[in-house]
Amino acid sequence: MNGEQLVNLTINGRARAVRATPATTLLTVLRDELMLTGAKRGCNQGVCGACTVLVDDQPVRGCLSLATNLAGRAITTIEGLGQGRELAPLQRALLERGAVQCGFCISGVLISAFALLRQNPTPNVDETRAALSGNLCRCSGYIKIVEAVCGVGEEVRS
Amino acid sequence: MKEVGRNLPRLDANDKVTGRAAYTADLHRPGMLHGAIVKSPHAHARILSYDVSAALAFPGVACVLTGDDVAGGKFGPFIKDECVLAKGKVRFVGEAVCVVAAEDEAMARRAAQLIEVTYEELPAILTPEEAMAPNAALVHEDDAANFRIFQTECGGNLAWACAFSEGDVDAAWAACDVIVEGEFETQAQAHVAIEPCGALAEVDAAGRVTIWSANQSVFRVQANVCDALGLPMSKVRCVSPRVGGGFGNKMEMHVQGMTAALALATDRPVKLILTREEDFEMVRLRHPYRIRAKTGARHDGTLIAREVEAIIDCGAYGDDSPGVMGFSLLMARGPYRIPNFRASGRLYYTNKLRFGAFRGFGNPQVSFATETQLDEIAAKLGIDPFDLREKNAVRAGDRWVGGGAVHSDGFVKCLESARHASHWDERRKRSAAPGKWRALGVACTAHISGLLASAAIVRLLEDGTVVLNTGAVDIGQGSDTVLPQICAEALQIPVHKVALSSPDTDGSPYNWGTTASRVTYMTGRAVVGAAGEVARKIKVHAAEMLECGEADLELREGGRVGIVGIPQKEVTFRDVSLRAHWAVGGPIIGAESVMYDKPTIVDPKRTVFSGLPFPQIGVFSFNAVVCDVEIDKASGKTTVLEAWSACDVGKAINPMSVEGQIQGGFVQGLGFALFEEVVWDGARIANPSLMDYKIATTLDVPREIHPLLVEEPELDGPFGAKGIGEIPICAVAPAIANGIASAASVRLRQLPLTPERVLRAMLAQGNVV
Repeated sequence: MNGEQLVNLTINGRARAVRATPATTLLTVLRDELMLTGAKRGCNQGVCGACTVLVDDQPVRGCLSLATNLAGRAITTIEGLGQGRELAPLQRALLERGAVQCGFCISGVLISAFALLRQNPTPNVDETRAALSGNLCRCSGYIKIVEAVCGVGEEVRS
Repeated sequence: MKEVGRNLPRLDANDKVTGRAAYTADLHRPGMLHGAIVKSPHAHARILSYDVSAALAFPGVACVLTGDDVAGGKFGPFIKDECVLAKGKVRFVGEAVCVVAAEDEAMARRAAQLIEVTYEELPAILTPEEAMAPNAALVHEDDAANFRIFQTECGGNLAWACAFSEGDVDAAWAACDVIVEGEFETQAQAHVAIEPCGALAEVDAAGRVTIWSANQSVFRVQANVCDALGLPMSKVRCVSPRVGGGFGNKMEMHVQGMTAALALATDRPVKLILTREEDFEMVRLRHPYRIRAKTGARHDGTLIAREVEAIIDCGAYGDDSPGVMGFSLLMARGPYRIPNFRASGRLYYTNKLRFGAFRGFGNPQVSFATETQLDEIAAKLGIDPFDLREKNAVRAGDRWVGGGAVHSDGFVKCLESARHASHWDERRKRSAAPGKWRALGVACTAHISGLLASAAIVRLLEDGTVVLNTGAVDIGQGSDTVLPQICAEALQIPVHKVALSSPDTDGSPYNWGTTASRVTYMTGRAVVGAAGEVARKIKVHAAEMLECGEADLELREGGRVGIVGIPQKEVTFRDVSLRAHWAVGGPIIGAESVMYDKPTIVDPKRTVFSGLPFPQIGVFSFNAVVCDVEIDKASGKTTVLEAWSACDVGKAINPMSVEGQIQGGFVQGLGFALFEEVVWDGARIANPSLMDYKIATTLDVPREIHPLLVEEPELDGPFGAKGIGEIPICAVAPAIANGIASAASVRLRQLPLTPERVLRAMLAQGNVV
């Protein structure tokens, strides 16, 4: 209905054909069609950042991205960051440094931080604060999140 | 101690960093419908008629409910004055009027727009001043018929009044050498848990409802839904998926009642998740306070008298307002010895969104006023603000307002810790950048942890590992890690041998809720008790197995029990549990119920009081905050460069988690202090979105927020612990305001401390470059 069409996306390395209308967002496709619920809907307005996913290595808002525009693009969600039960260093750092509280923001934070570290493996505090400024967290006060992300960089350095 | 006191990473964090953790919106059930809400466009109006025909005819719509379709009664924690859907009239813009269930969310929302409700508008009461005016329109004409937990002064639009006094305040003013008096105003703050409120309800063939929801207490959800829908508790099961933050917003009802009503009406599962805008407009907010405060002292800084009067906007429904008011007035003396003290509050119904519980529970509002006045007195007397606080600080053995006992010197230790860590006494050495003013500001508060009932059940499994079940909801604060740590420590087993049941009204023992900074302290005590019962039962078996007396036995690390002094004489928990399960006695289960029923307040011989909504509150904890504040001379913008927050936690079960609470609470307080404000345009909230209601980002927070843990053991706390959830937010605004006063010589008495207000105050004083 409403001009629904099949769109071919690559999600976490796997080719997926999804149904979408021109108005269907990537977030809706991920959450409601593919049941990849790691990306969260916190505001549906592109402000909170809880729905952040990677599109060709760039962090984007799932709630502001239209699925039909993403044909052929590679999309990475939080479900695609780790290797089975093995946590990625960034996931481990957030966990071990006590940066995770309610967890609702954390998949978006992880994606933004992952993109930062790929571009800049040893970010300083200012660079990290700038890169995460689009991810709202109401629990942590951000201090331990920034420490954890910088800590991954320090591990790389040493 | 092996498990208590260590920085155990959160046990639920693995699921969260991999995207596996399931929150309410992530759940799906076969055949599930989606709900949408029709909201009132009017602040105050009579409902004349509904026309739901077009909505019912819309493709995919399964059901429409209006207030007329919901049987049942009213609900509310202090005053039962609220229905799931408005009945007869609407009382605020955004109130739920009808609900729709349809095959998908878009259909439900489109159908909701087709419902025609005819209203007759009534005069809207938008402020407490309008509410108290003679001949004001009544928000609740049927107020007298609403159930209240006890009778107090009320009537007209006055929802609740509360007053108490100690000593002789009127006479004491004459003994004061300095008196400061002022009017203070605080704003409405939104909780903004990143997870919006929502629920999923499903009905079984026998008509029994199961409700998953974003909540702070499955038992409060159950009680509210049963009141609202007229169901026995045996017909409603409430469970908790992961919860994405609460801060008070999810303690009482939001959409659980209407979602359950839709599921019952359609006989299908129904999910209803609020949009961010609805979450702002429909749930609840922090109370705006208007406070008149007066504090007096002698030349030497001895505080003699204080009076606090608060006028509080209740919004359209009672919710937790009487509790917030009563608690905030009890905290208005602060952690100081002030022999003559009087406080009163009047809570008025208005045609606005209800105000309710929010981290701090009224304490941040009154502390803004009272801690400002302490600095004003310090300035007038030329006394250091820390010295003034230290001189008057409550200490172990002192009495709280009403007569409750203070058990520790935690406050003095918080003062010492914050003063030392912030290098307060060398503060003049900090230099301001060009174009800026800079100074340190301090403020302090006390809070409680306690209140009401909790319980725990510990079961020993066949292999000697255990399952802990408390019914406490982890809303992100960390109890799903801390409670297993307490259980493991009590049984001297590693924490990975403790499984945790998720909250479920069918299977969990009662827990009033994740509120009042109470889970570590209250539920933790229950866990210690339940684990203790398991240990005793293990020893009964072990005594028979080892042929010794129970008194000769000790628990040993790693799940063993043996005879004191004879290392080789021991059996494992596994040996004991296998015996219990297959041979003698049956499975080993420990249970403990606790209630905060100590008579902390109010001693009628000491204090004249009326309308105080709870007689026992809890044990006291303390906090001292220092902020390094910088003000831009050109714009008036305030930045906190660095902060220190010393909190008396009794014992940090998990120090890393405590630090996270302190930092997170500080930043929520920073938003309250500097930029967060829900604004009304007439009767309508003007900024119900994250675009227009700003919360702190990484760029708004100090680069360092130093959590300073003061550990003065609470005698009956689990391993000495007490709560930390709320106190870190309470003194942030006055600490920043005191820093601004010190740096820029302007005193602001209205929150938030926006650049505009700071600049206007600077201009008014000619204090500008």
